Amino acid sequence: MTPQEAIKQLETRFAGATGVPVEFRGEFTVTVAREKLVEICRFLKTECGFDMLTDLSGVDNFGDDSRYEVDYLLYSLKHRCHLRLKIVVPEDNLVVDSVTGVWRTADWHEREAFDMFGIRFHGHPNLRRILMWDGYPYHPMRKDFPLAGLPADLPETAVDAGRAEAAPMIGGPFVTTSGARTAADREPRQTDTASERFEKKETS
Amino acid sequence: MSEKVQLGFDQKVESRDLIITRLDAAIDWMRKNSAWPMPMGLACCAIELMAAGASRFDIARFGSEVMRFSPRQSDLMIVAGTCVYKTAGVVKRVWDQMAEPKWCIAMGACASSGGMYRSYAVVQGIDRFMPVDVYISGCPPRPEALLEGLMALQNQIGQERAIKAMRSDAPVTSLYSQPKGPIIIRGEYAPKFKA
Repeated sequence: MTPQEAIKQLETRFAGATGVPVEFRGEFTVTVAREKLVEICRFLKTECGFDMLTDLSGVDNFGDDSRYEVDYLLYSLKHRCHLRLKIVVPEDNLVVDSVTGVWRTADWHEREAFDMFGIRFHGHPNLRRILMWDGYPYHPMRKDFPLAGLPADLPETAVDAGRAEAAPMIGGPFVTTSGARTAADREPRQTDTASERFEKKETS
Repeated sequence: MSEKVQLGFDQKVESRDLIITRLDAAIDWMRKNSAWPMPMGLACCAIELMAAGASRFDIARFGSEVMRFSPRQSDLMIVAGTCVYKTAGVVKRVWDQMAEPKWCIAMGACASSGGMYRSYAVVQGIDRFMPVDVYISGCPPRPEALLEGLMALQNQIGQERAIKAMRSDAPVTSLYSQPKGPIIIRGEYAPKFKA
C-alpha cells in the first residue's frame, strides 16, 4: 500500500473528516478532524499497516487564527512508506485525544508536546512534564515565550540553586531572523531587557 | 645530631627515612596529590575528562585517576558540561554529600558561565549554586587545560592551613576558603606543528 492509497481509503471511510491531501517532494500530508483522530489512527494502524509512530510534535503557528497544530509522523514497516497526519488545535481549546492506546510510543511524545506547548492530551495515562521540572509555570517552546526564559521557582530538590532566572542575551547572535541580506542584519546583537536585569542584579 | 641536618621545608635528619616538616605541609601534600574526582559528566566536556584519564594525558600522574562515583569517597568535583536547572538540584545534592575538605573545578564554558546556551533551561554558571575553585575556559577545554587546572588547584591546596581549618571552632564557611580567589585557566595550548 502506498500513502496515496491509504489517503484514498481514509477519504472513503471518514468522509468529511479529512482535508485536502498535500504532496511535497514525495511526502504526503493529510489534515484530519480532531474529533476523529483516534479512530483514524487506529484505522491507519490496523487496516493500512502504519504500525510505527515515528514522531509526534506540537507546532505553534503564532499569529494564525488556529494557533497550534499537532503532527503525527507515521511509518509502515511493512509497506516502507511514510504518512504525515496533522490536526489543528485552536488556542481556546487545547485538548487533543491521546493516541497512546494506538501506539504506546506516543506516551513520551505527548508528554513533550504538553511540556513545551501546553497541549493537553485527553486520555493520556501519565500526563506530566517530561523535560522541564514539575511545577514549572510556562511552556517554553511557544513562540511568545522569550528564549532567555522567565524567572521561575525551582523544584524542591533544587531550591539551593536559587531561582531560575532569565539568561543574559547581550552580545550574542542567539536569535536569527531570515530574509535579511547580511549576517549583521540577520543576527542583530541582543540588548534586550533580560540582560539589563541580569547586569543590574550582578552590580547591586 | 650529625652535621648532615638540612634546614628548610623538608629537613632531613641523617638523610635517611625520617623527614621533619610542619603537619600542615604534610597534610596538604597528601591531599593535593590524592584529589579523587567526582566526575560530574553532564555533556561533551566529559569526553575530554575521559581523555584526561586515559593513557595519553594520564591524570594519574597527578594522583587524580581514581574517579569515584560515590560522593563519600571523592574530594574534587569536576563539573564537565552543561548544567540545566533540572540537573542543578542533583549536582548540588551530590556536592553537599561530599565530605570536607572538597574542591570544585568548573570545566568548560558551560559549567563556568552557561556557555553558548543562553536559554531558559540552562544555569548560567554553576557558581550560582555552589562554590567553584577553578574555572577552565574552552568548549570543550583540552585535557591539558584540565590538567593545568588540576595543577593550579594542587598549588592552592598546598597553601591551605589544614590544621587551623580542622579546629572545631573554625567557622565552617571559611574552612577552605580560596586564598587568592578563584583560578581561571585560559587553556591556550594550540599545538605547534613543525613542517
